[in-house]
Amino acid sequence: MISNLINSKLFTLLKVQYSNMLEYRVEIALWAISGIIPFFMLNIWTNNNLNESINISDVMLSRYFLCAFFVRQFSVVWVVFSFEEDSLMGKVSPYLIQPLNPFFRYFAQHLAEQITRFPFALIIAFFFFIFNPESIWIPNLGILFLSIVSTFLSFLIQFLIQSIVACLCFWTERASSIERLLFIPTLFLSGLLAPVVSFPTYIKSWIYLTPFPYLIDFPANLLSGNETNISGGLTMQILWIFLLFPLFKKIWSEGTKKYTAMGS
Amino acid sequence: MVQNIIDVRNLSKSFDISSKEPGLKGTIKHFFKRQTKSLKVIKDISFEIKDGEIVGFLGANGAGKTTILKMLCGLIYPSDGSILVSGYSPFRRKEKFLKQITLIMGQKQQLIWDLPPIESFYLNASIYDVDKFEAKRRIKKLSEMLEIDDELFIPVRKLSLGQRMKSELLAALIHEPNILFLDEPTLGLDINAQRNLRKFLKKYNKETNATICLTSHYMKDITSLCKRVICVQEGSISYDGELDLLLKKLSPVKEILIVCRSEEDAIKLENSGFTVKNKIKNEITIKIENNSITSSLKTILNSFDIEDLFINEPPIDEIIGRILIKKDYDI
Repeated sequence: MISNLINSKLFTLLKVQYSNMLEYRVEIALWAISGIIPFFMLNIWTNNNLNESINISDVMLSRYFLCAFFVRQFSVVWVVFSFEEDSLMGKVSPYLIQPLNPFFRYFAQHLAEQITRFPFALIIAFFFFIFNPESIWIPNLGILFLSIVSTFLSFLIQFLIQSIVACLCFWTERASSIERLLFIPTLFLSGLLAPVVSFPTYIKSWIYLTPFPYLIDFPANLLSGNETNISGGLTMQILWIFLLFPLFKKIWSEGTKKYTAMGS
Repeated sequence: MVQNIIDVRNLSKSFDISSKEPGLKGTIKHFFKRQTKSLKVIKDISFEIKDGEIVGFLGANGAGKTTILKMLCGLIYPSDGSILVSGYSPFRRKEKFLKQITLIMGQKQQLIWDLPPIESFYLNASIYDVDKFEAKRRIKKLSEMLEIDDELFIPVRKLSLGQRMKSELLAALIHEPNILFLDEPTLGLDINAQRNLRKFLKKYNKETNATICLTSHYMKDITSLCKRVICVQEGSISYDGELDLLLKKLSPVKEILIVCRSEEDAIKLENSGFTVKNKIKNEITIKIENNSITSSLKTILNSFDIEDLFINEPPIDEIIGRILIKKDYDI
């Protein structure tokens, strides 16, 4: 059944959503450009020689932030906003009586958007290397493969976290405001603004117990060739997915009992 | 013997509704202490629907028709009672059950807005495990029945409301469901589009023997499609039976306009014991009970010199409107 889903339903969903995303190509290009926070952070770090305090060279730091940009491009999630809107407008109702969980639709939308983003992200990386030629490097195939896996796992963690929050729409109409609470730790603890290694040791030990450093810091370090615990990082990512998935299923099951089909 | 496909027993549904007093004081009070009350919108209803039947749900706005449909298709959870649709408890949303039903809500769309409808059709076909060749055959057949061919390749956002509604219907029927839940399917459509949709639903029911549960505020939808109606008043069923019987019950007399050859005949007719509504020169309007129309007309035609006569059926909207407006109308 799962193979059937992947072979047929998910693939068709992906094809259709990709066609749909291509209709918004200009918008997606702008979204890709809007994800350049890591480059601003790189500028702040290098101009103030902050990297010296954590023993990372300029080159490694610029590679880290470029990789953070890439990981962010392929793990950004907005399911809570889509689900909230669809839920309030009554669009979820027809999906709920189809033999496919509506979250597969959102999942395919995200994947399709990532595929559409890919060329724009490459163009941005191209310009980054023009301005930072010393940062050019070619990761070995094994590391590249593990980085892709790790980025996908990061996407899955974020998708599950946001899906859990999205399910709160069944109880409160504005679940996205709860997501805002998660935005702050995601911004500061994920490695988007600073590598987690730069945090004080006593804080770091706590941060590594949360899912946040595995969202950007771990995959970005892995891809950029910085020292990182590969097996430990991947294990933590998988562990978080195993923790979040049953929680999502439980909240989904309880939430649909509360569904009032408003707006339809 | 035709079997029941829908069996509803003692079904109830309550919603928690929060209320807020007007003004700043009410807003502040509402912010600190929400006042909610449980509102029972469906009250202990029971009914059965047979395989292949077309049943219309009638009722005023907020009477509970749509809530009943939503519970029948498994969209919302009942507070009490039991529902069996094709042997399944709808809310469990078993795959086999979901593949047998469809829900169409007027003005609510599942088609992807920026893509041509054909993309949504193939997507739905895939979701319902209909293979590509079979999907192609069904799209061809249904698009012919619905008379939409060129529109299949035009982005949904560019289609007219009628074309969109037809496309919605096609998307909802691609898996050939045998139970259709239609909530105001003709809402907002022009007269021709409404007629075409009704024609299509009739044909679909005839060809597939699908069961159709329909709510509509357009009486023409109900009269042309449904032999049986269920009237819902404030969450309870006030009538469940044939539409014709309901109309006879609600309108037991017919008005007959008789044009006599002379005014003298009209005066004689006025004094012959019939209930006269009005009389203008040689034209007289009388009221006759439905069950004695034939005999009364025979008497009139034999006894008086009649030039012409017209039987006026009271408009169905008016009759049904009476039960929708008057909450305690005894059917």
